[in-house]
Amino acid sequence: MLNSANDQPTLISLEDVQKWYGAFHALKSISLSVRKGEKIVLCGPSGSGKSTLIRCINALETIEDGKIVVEGQVLDGSTKSVDAIRREVGMVFQSFNLFPHMTVLQNCTLAPMRVRGTSHADAERLARKYLERVRILDQAEKYPAQLSGGQQQRVAIARALCMEPKVMLFDEPTSALDPEMVKEVLDTMIGLARDGMTMICVTHEMGFARQVADRVIFMASGEIVEEAEPEIFFKSPKHERTKTFLGEILAHH
Amino acid sequence: MGPIGENEFFFLMQGLKWTVLLAIVGFIGGGIFGILIALLRTSKKKVARTVTAGYIGVFQGTPLLMQLFVVYYGVALLGIEVNAWIAVAIAFTLHASAFLGEIWRGSIEAVPKGQTEAANALGLHYVSRMKDVILPQALKISMPATIGFLVQLIKGTSLAAIVGFIELTRAGQIISNQTYRPLLVFGIVGAIYFSICWPLAHAGSGLEKRMAKAAR
Repeated sequence: MLNSANDQPTLISLEDVQKWYGAFHALKSISLSVRKGEKIVLCGPSGSGKSTLIRCINALETIEDGKIVVEGQVLDGSTKSVDAIRREVGMVFQSFNLFPHMTVLQNCTLAPMRVRGTSHADAERLARKYLERVRILDQAEKYPAQLSGGQQQRVAIARALCMEPKVMLFDEPTSALDPEMVKEVLDTMIGLARDGMTMICVTHEMGFARQVADRVIFMASGEIVEEAEPEIFFKSPKHERTKTFLGEILAHH
Repeated sequence: MGPIGENEFFFLMQGLKWTVLLAIVGFIGGGIFGILIALLRTSKKKVARTVTAGYIGVFQGTPLLMQLFVVYYGVALLGIEVNAWIAVAIAFTLHASAFLGEIWRGSIEAVPKGQTEAANALGLHYVSRMKDVILPQALKISMPATIGFLVQLIKGTSLAAIVGFIELTRAGQIISNQTYRPLLVFGIVGAIYFSICWPLAHAGSGLEKRMAKAAR
């Protein structure tokens, strides 16, 4: 735990969020509030709805019922609210999703120029700053395909940071990486956490959760089963399903 | 039998000029409207998708020859005085836009969904998402099919002869009637088509190979 953010204002709140895929109830009455500077790790078996949950926050998925508020902006499905929220929320994907036809630098400058109206020179300055921060500035002129998975994911983090978001969402950022590249990405994320970024991470990296998270949330079948500070979460999980899950996942580590 | 001399060859070259011009007009006009069709075909609005699907269905499901007839005589029926050149240009544009629209729809859909998601997550709007992210990748994917269609279009221009257009094939027919040397004349005509279409098709497959390498 890096800091207890109890005195900070709420940045994200979800109230009674319901999500259906046809007949499948993907999110069941999810309520969650995230304070500024908080680091949250979401874990749970696959299909438990953790990715769906964070994808609802930046409106990549629509919700059927409930309320999502980000920085005072209610997500009501209108273009205006979606735009306002996406400007403040950065996202990193499992499969990087870098734009393959653009150089690393172009990947980073596109959104600030198009969305924030930043000038080309300023966007480049910004991009170089964040590429430096994820320690990959020397690859700025290369194309994504010329980089390793770990490098690509760090570029993806820099690309999201270039929009200077208030919150970063990570959707299994290390799951598609070869084992030897996991660390460089986690180190980058730990660095971000140290700098006070508000983060919601879907990940199975329990070492990362121990080191960085203020709260660990365990989800199963579309519900939040348990949430606790990492020490309590790992030492004395209350629910049977949490115990089983931790047993399975920690056996591999 | 008459000789095939400088004059006859010049006449064929005149025809070739129209063939090339028709193909270029059809390709540019069809390209511009084709992008529009492809975008409407992949839009969120059901009406736009249905209407363009119908448009594509009509032009893919009827012979080009018939399309030429309909436009040529149809425009005249509307009381608008147009020359054969304009009518044929319109017909080829419509025809090409339907085929290119369908080719490009397929390539837009072939761009991985993660690209759209990443663009959305960054807050990029429709125009930028398409112009900067999706279309450059889609056009690259579509290159082999697009060039393949261009080759078809070049050969398809011969049908313009039916409304009195003297392009390469029609020019060959006229020379052949004058000289009574059909085999020789159409041999030359065929060789001219081949000398344009084969390098194009070859360039297309070369591009495909290069892209396959670059994608790795």
